[in-house]
Amino acid sequence: MGELNKLTISEARDRLRSKEISSVELTNSCLAEIDAADPLGAFVHKTPELALAQAENADERLSQGNAPDMCGIPLGIKDLFCTKGVESQAASRILEGFKPEYESTVSQNLLDNGTVMLGKLNMDEFAMGSSNETSVYGDVINPWKIDERNLTPGGSSGGSAAAVAADLCLAATGTDTGGSIRQPAAFTGIVGIKPTYGRCSRWGVIAFASSLDQAGPMTKTVRDGAIMLEAMAGHDPKDSTSVSLPVPNFEAMLTGNIKGKRIGIPKEYRLEGMPSEIEKLWSDGTEMLRLAGAKIEDVSLPHTKYALPAYYVIAPAEASSNLARYDGVRYGRRAALSSGDGINEMYERTRAEGFGSEVKRRVMIGTYVLSAGFYDAYYNRARRVRALIKEDFDKVFSTGIDAILTPTTPSAAFGLGEMSDADPVQMYLNDVFTVTVNLAGLPGVSVPTGFDKSGLPLGLQVIGRPWEEADMLNIAYSLEQSADFSAKPSKWW
Amino acid sequence: MSIDANTAAKVAKLARIEVENQDLTALAKEFNDILGFIEQLNEVDVSGVEPMTSVTPQKLIRRSDNITDGDRQASVLKNAPLSREGFYAVPKVVE
Repeated sequence: MGELNKLTISEARDRLRSKEISSVELTNSCLAEIDAADPLGAFVHKTPELALAQAENADERLSQGNAPDMCGIPLGIKDLFCTKGVESQAASRILEGFKPEYESTVSQNLLDNGTVMLGKLNMDEFAMGSSNETSVYGDVINPWKIDERNLTPGGSSGGSAAAVAADLCLAATGTDTGGSIRQPAAFTGIVGIKPTYGRCSRWGVIAFASSLDQAGPMTKTVRDGAIMLEAMAGHDPKDSTSVSLPVPNFEAMLTGNIKGKRIGIPKEYRLEGMPSEIEKLWSDGTEMLRLAGAKIEDVSLPHTKYALPAYYVIAPAEASSNLARYDGVRYGRRAALSSGDGINEMYERTRAEGFGSEVKRRVMIGTYVLSAGFYDAYYNRARRVRALIKEDFDKVFSTGIDAILTPTTPSAAFGLGEMSDADPVQMYLNDVFTVTVNLAGLPGVSVPTGFDKSGLPLGLQVIGRPWEEADMLNIAYSLEQSADFSAKPSKWW
Repeated sequence: MSIDANTAAKVAKLARIEVENQDLTALAKEFNDILGFIEQLNEVDVSGVEPMTSVTPQKLIRRSDNITDGDRQASVLKNAPLSREGFYAVPKVVE
């Protein structure tokens, strides 16, 4: 019965239903893999007792019949999600020891569906990063390896991506503010979905940039993503931006039939100096959709170039406001004070010791662009440009385009530490193809479809119309079937 | 637009993050790199465009103004680094 950890959600669901396996067996298989995978640095807080108790409950529920699809499925949860009584640190020193007294809505939705939490997953500190090198827990290492170098799994959901790619869990939660689900999914050869803004509740998800943050599933297949998204999504009165729309049965809409679908290829995504293997990946994917019966059309998103600079005003501005709450008073870690130190010294030292350098940099940039005299020139201008970026997409979709196909990332995974001497802007360029989707509030999914010349996985991104994740996932499903990407990293850890 | 060490110190103060004097020049350079990248936004014609306030067309949902939760003092204080007699404790603020 071995290697149950390698199952997909849909396979496990079917075997749990036929009583061929139990959730306890499935959970034990994952827990053993997790314990043997410490070198990857993916799981940072393990919760085996909790997992087994949840698995027993799931088996009980399954035995009564009529259990939800996700019942008994063992998952990893990104450290950004508040989980009751379990460390939730956003990979930051400033939240050392924080054990929430409540559960995030998304993780509660999953628990209500009978899922099992194996533990918390590493990430970039406060989800700020594209390489998982800003975490207080240390780096995550990509399970894919081509030489002696350790590669990044991407970020910020790097622990989630590594854990799913290495089969430590059946799937994981991620969050995506500028590409943090899709980029690591592409770097590790898995599927990552960023839903429409408002599809999943942000309540209890530690905030980075509230107008951009969205939770989503990271899975081994598109089908699994569809199943898990349905369990995560839904209206939540506790998040005023969560939308009151019915959640479709996404899986039921995976027919693979995309005949007559109109797919846009945005010319502005053809970057100067783009590696030829990315070009090829993109044209191969385009051809797969054409052969499946889709109509391929050139489209234009003229403000694409300004998405990253707008993002690097808006996201830090919101972060500086959101992260003001970490002051050493209500939760987390307070710096040791000298006699005579007052409350300002307490704030300043707590934040200096508690935040890592990338977080400090972004909080200060945000403070600057919001400060008197610069608010209009930076923040308001960026929000105007954001309106134009959204309008670009609105125009394309109003011509009847069903979805847009782009590469997910401008390269494959790079080596840990290789970007350490580059200026911060170089690292930000990782998100060049994904960040527009967050600014426009759209759904996007990364699907593994090929390799670079050294054998590392690469992903293509399908961008859907707002609230039409089902249609987007069906196109991704067709792409997945055509690409037939089934490679797995070989186990070195 | 160029940020010098003095401006960097002012920003750090506003953000309530302690920065050593010797680090201010390097910090100012990082700010300038990032702001230089952001400057591209000045190329865009934004006349007549309203700053985006919500990416979804919905109005902010309001609930009725009722007390729906509360009486959780122990829970609220559970994660405080320092609390005393049912309150958060901080260094003396008023002389």
